[in-house]
Amino acid sequence: MSDEQGKYRPLSYFQLMEISLRELLVEKGVLTNEQVDAEVEDMRRRTPERGARVVAHAWVDSDFRKRLLENGTKACEELGLDVPALRLVVVENTPEVHNAIVCTLCSCYPRMLLGIPPDWYKSRNYRSRMVREPRKVLAEFGLNIPEKAQIRVHDSSADMRYMVLPMRPAGTDGWTEERLASLVNRDSMIGVAIPKGPAD
Amino acid sequence: MPENKFKPGDRVRVLKAYPPGHIRTPYYIRGCVGEIERVCGAFPNPEELALMRTGLPAQPLYRVRFSQKDVWPDYGGSAADVVEVEIFQHWLDPA
Repeated sequence: MSDEQGKYRPLSYFQLMEISLRELLVEKGVLTNEQVDAEVEDMRRRTPERGARVVAHAWVDSDFRKRLLENGTKACEELGLDVPALRLVVVENTPEVHNAIVCTLCSCYPRMLLGIPPDWYKSRNYRSRMVREPRKVLAEFGLNIPEKAQIRVHDSSADMRYMVLPMRPAGTDGWTEERLASLVNRDSMIGVAIPKGPAD
Repeated sequence: MPENKFKPGDRVRVLKAYPPGHIRTPYYIRGCVGEIERVCGAFPNPEELALMRTGLPAQPLYRVRFSQKDVWPDYGGSAADVVEVEIFQHWLDPA
């Protein structure tokens, strides 16, 4: 097998395992190659732009924002975003409360809205330290939360999935939803960053 | 389906138990006292699912809010900081 630079590399243990398992499942008629391809394609289509759309809509429509905080899954369906088998809890940042998401047990993540989690989200370092010393970890991400604001860390330990609704940056009055969505990045919906406005 | 024993605002203590198997109650929170933030609904018991059983009847799942100072006595941040964890009913006692 070749790597990205076209250099030959032997298959790793897990690559070999994946190919063997996939071929067996197809051979035994449990799955078809088309189904596997369709699932991979679907995974690729899930990107943080989906989450950003939800955030921008909540910024411009306060009724939607309310519904989103009450029942994240249902509110996303309104935007045509299907989040099956995902109980989405949206937590809102305010000047008094900063939210951040972690899964200390594994790497639970709102993939339907944010896509594939970044490697650091799955690292032991982030998973163990985010609940133990969140202010230090956030500072390492370049985010210094004032001492008077409360930090609320959400450990996705079971069936819920979490997304942070960041605060709308100043200086964005009258912006379209599309333009607002362009300010919202993945990290700000995990709670390790805040969206930057024109004044920042 | 087991009835909900707790409602938002109730004080609860997480069992300090270390059974074998697939447990979704993180170690660091066992034995801690917190407050029910919300009732999430009822979900198949992951400890049973891990054994290829149905996990039914579904168990009530809660979101419990803990003060960081209670979880880590030497916590370095603000006294107002909290951590919220999802915990199944059979892991909770009234506190």
